Amino acid sequence: MGIEGIGARVARKEDKRFITGAGRYVDDMVVPGMKHAAFVRSPHAHAQIKGIDVEAARAMPGVIDVLVGKQIKADGIGNLICGWMVHSKDGSPMKMGAWSPLAVDRVRYVGDAVAIVVAETKGQARDAAEAVEVDYAELDAVTEAPAALEGGAPQLHPEAEGNLIFDWGLGDEAATDTALASAAHTVELEIVNNRLVPNAMEPRAALGHYNKAEDHYTCWTTSQNPHVARLVMSAFYNVAPENKLRVIAPDVGGGFGSKIYIYPEEIVCLWASKKTGVPVKWVADRTESFLTDAHGRDHHTKVKMGFDADHRIVGLKVDTIANLGAYMSLFSSATPTYLYATLLSGQYDIPAIYGNVRAVYTNTAPVDAYRGAGRPEATYVLERTMETAARQLGVSPAELRRKNFVKSFPHQTPVIMNYDTGDFAASLDAALKEADYAGFEKRREEAKGRGKLRGIGMSCYIEACGIAPSAAVGSLGAGVGLWESAEVRVNAVGTIEVLTGSHSHGQGHETTFAQLVSQRLGVGIDTINIVHGDTDKVQMGMGTYGSRSGAVGMSAIVKALDKVEAKAKKIAAHLMEADEGDIVIENGELKVAGTDKTVPWFQLALAAYTAHNLPQGMEPGLKETAFYDPTNFTFPAGCYICEVEIDPDTGRTEIVQFVAADDFGNIINPMIVEGQVHGGVAQGIGQALLEGTRYDETTGQLITASFMDYTMPRADDLPSFRISTQTTPCPGNPLGIKGCGEAGAIGSPPAVINAITDAIGTNELTMPATPQKVWAALRSATRH
Amino acid sequence: MYQTTYHRASSLEDAAKLHAGGDDPKFVAGGMTLIPAMKTRLSAPSDLIDLRHIDGMKGIRISGQQVEIGALTTHADLAQSKELEKACHSLHYMANHVGDPLVRHLGTMGGCVANNDPAQDYPAALLALDATIITTSREMKADDFFTGLFETALEEGEIVKAVRFTAPDQCGYEKFRNPASRYAMTGVFVAKGAGGVRVAVTGAGDNGVYRETEMEEKLAANFSADALEGVTVSPSNMMSDIHASAEYRANLVVVMAKRAVAKAAGH
Repeated sequence: MGIEGIGARVARKEDKRFITGAGRYVDDMVVPGMKHAAFVRSPHAHAQIKGIDVEAARAMPGVIDVLVGKQIKADGIGNLICGWMVHSKDGSPMKMGAWSPLAVDRVRYVGDAVAIVVAETKGQARDAAEAVEVDYAELDAVTEAPAALEGGAPQLHPEAEGNLIFDWGLGDEAATDTALASAAHTVELEIVNNRLVPNAMEPRAALGHYNKAEDHYTCWTTSQNPHVARLVMSAFYNVAPENKLRVIAPDVGGGFGSKIYIYPEEIVCLWASKKTGVPVKWVADRTESFLTDAHGRDHHTKVKMGFDADHRIVGLKVDTIANLGAYMSLFSSATPTYLYATLLSGQYDIPAIYGNVRAVYTNTAPVDAYRGAGRPEATYVLERTMETAARQLGVSPAELRRKNFVKSFPHQTPVIMNYDTGDFAASLDAALKEADYAGFEKRREEAKGRGKLRGIGMSCYIEACGIAPSAAVGSLGAGVGLWESAEVRVNAVGTIEVLTGSHSHGQGHETTFAQLVSQRLGVGIDTINIVHGDTDKVQMGMGTYGSRSGAVGMSAIVKALDKVEAKAKKIAAHLMEADEGDIVIENGELKVAGTDKTVPWFQLALAAYTAHNLPQGMEPGLKETAFYDPTNFTFPAGCYICEVEIDPDTGRTEIVQFVAADDFGNIINPMIVEGQVHGGVAQGIGQALLEGTRYDETTGQLITASFMDYTMPRADDLPSFRISTQTTPCPGNPLGIKGCGEAGAIGSPPAVINAITDAIGTNELTMPATPQKVWAALRSATRH
Repeated sequence: MYQTTYHRASSLEDAAKLHAGGDDPKFVAGGMTLIPAMKTRLSAPSDLIDLRHIDGMKGIRISGQQVEIGALTTHADLAQSKELEKACHSLHYMANHVGDPLVRHLGTMGGCVANNDPAQDYPAALLALDATIITTSREMKADDFFTGLFETALEEGEIVKAVRFTAPDQCGYEKFRNPASRYAMTGVFVAKGAGGVRVAVTGAGDNGVYRETEMEEKLAANFSADALEGVTVSPSNMMSDIHASAEYRANLVVVMAKRAVAKAAGH
């Protein structure tokens, strides 16, 4: 490892501009003649639109135009779509209701966009938005998924009878039932996975600019995947053909999944720019973010797990109701199915698994992938069940898990996934040691003396990253392939630009991707620029989510670098009159192995571009492109152990110790990986202890619509994490990377809740385990 | 935020004049409650009259047992005052635990008092300390001043100039924060002085800050946490919201009261 190569703790190149306030976000973009937009949004969770009167608003100071749903429909702009087809058990396709970018005759959640006002200033646009008179006939609303399935529940979409989008199954139900019927012990639980609001630091924003003279659109947007945005806006929403639409996602301040999707606002801003003849900018305020960013999680699950007399798992049956909100967001169907039920085997060798998932419409914000996306839900179900099983069987939670671990690889689970490698015992052992698991009872006694209830809980997670082999996801219903592209451009003096289809919105790609190039060519990372987020610069890419940028995005760079190196070696061999096979690249030089003959990298690059002396027939220049399609998912895994102390008088939980032991495969920059673990665990602890999205069940109003009521984790809610990594390199990609972006959020919630339930002696507890809930659980446990 | 007209008052007389001339005017000091409400368009004053540049309304004056705090004194001023710490350590502690550093450097005693947010800390201190609120037209006891949720005895145009109290012999404050907003979900201030023991509760009661008279009686006889053993608070007059039910708040009142007394006794 060089000082800036793979494995080095290199400080992030991009942080200088971020920490000095010099980042350039969508809201920083200014186009001559640019005006400002405000959206008129539904104050009702469910209502018929009887009429919209825009005249008063149109007459307000500074107003350029007010546009409504009927106009966007008349102009042929398409409905929003879900890009992953899921079929129900009966073979029928999912029942997707229409989602117009601006509601035409019905609104289905509080925040549903009804009209756009374009005005000279943001304030004028907002004032005028309040003057738009919408005549609503209110309808009954339903916010909880189980209630939406009941007879007589308010119906959201005519396409989805009974609000049921699909009733999907994975695995062998008959075999699972048989296994459970003959099990020596069974464990049953009902589990709620709480709905979360992503709350990226930067709210969503869009700037649409239609250039009439060129008949060309440019869209600056807060996207994790600008190319997918362009593809979808071209192919499905009829905004413009791809060659007439440029999408730019500049610096983006956090995504966590919520910025994967194409939302109504960017479509409407582009269309409104053409309608009004001015560039149109919209930036969400925090309230709009709470109301309209795609939320995460929201599952109701019944689980049954069976064990034989030797405590080996014989079967697992899971029945889940997933709340998808009022409309199907871009990947909403995949999150509770192929990203969820496929992980139900966990780290365990389970011969029979069956997962049933019913996806349901409700009068709430759309729900889609959020950091972890399906895998946190699967891990929570499994790891709550394993811990409960150990308590019921009276055995060590660690040893029950160890007994059931998958121990040989590759391992085919009953739910699609084929685990390529791993060493689950290594992470378990590392975590047990770091947590001093054996010494816990002594600490519990000591805490008791201080009037505190101390508990310990663990979670052994596995997840699937690096999505994904295109043919495989295509066969499962994905509307896109999930490869990645890269272009390595060597400039004439040897500096390098890497164009990638991955998109960095906090991940540090400008550093880690440069480290890879530095490792390969022996040049400093300051000579390497990473270019991303612009469809005019990078030809095509699939973006960043699902912890895929290392395993997939960097693999594409490796492939492009292979081609660059091959050509560079040919040129070097020609210049030094050596055999191509004898050329090695080291420390920024091309050398003839075993001799003192060298060509510096910059000279080689210059030779490629002067083209005065190239091998016969070789094209000038040094620039190569590659596409990489992964061969399998990657499988990060690990063990988390949480220790808590609870104040029985107030129910307040303090996390006194948190240990994370992860196997992410090979690591490019340990410092950045640690940051990802810290952030992920903070979000997982947020879900477990703090973050609970609440809608009023009657009115459908979002009660937790600001930070006054929605508890984001803060530094003083968290302990100092004790983290380590154990490495089994991933055999599926050239760098051996598994991915690390989501593991913390996936593995931590069950560890926290297992610790709290251990401390209070009852399982009657739902996330977030607020002081009030823990106090009430303790009280009802003492009463019984 | 809706459009508003900002005025900088040069004196209390000027403030009164500006107020009388406004359509729907509001006084602002730190603005830590008002400005966020205006930003979310929940509050829309026609005129915003800034009191912060009026002379003589800032500062802590301590003479013997008498403590007077100017209305424009910020939380940070209170939090940094060694004299206040000596005279009334619990008010000093309270000031150190309001909001975050930004809030503490902008928010003021007078603004908190006049706003009487049911989750604000100071009303509990002033009520327990039997403080006097001095306004542009009169002096009032805290018992009479705080009248309900966001309600005070202030008349239209009347401005809080200062608060005054006698330093207690013993005092303690404990609060349990709302996990999201970090405001007091229940805060209890206990003070023991020449006039007896007073226990004031903020964040919990459904009519704002109030006194726990049963606790006061028990503590008058025996100023120790033990004296509150077995005391219960009825949930019937407690606030209830998604963060804390009335039952939970009733429990917190007792727990925080015990801890406040223990703190007072241990000081």
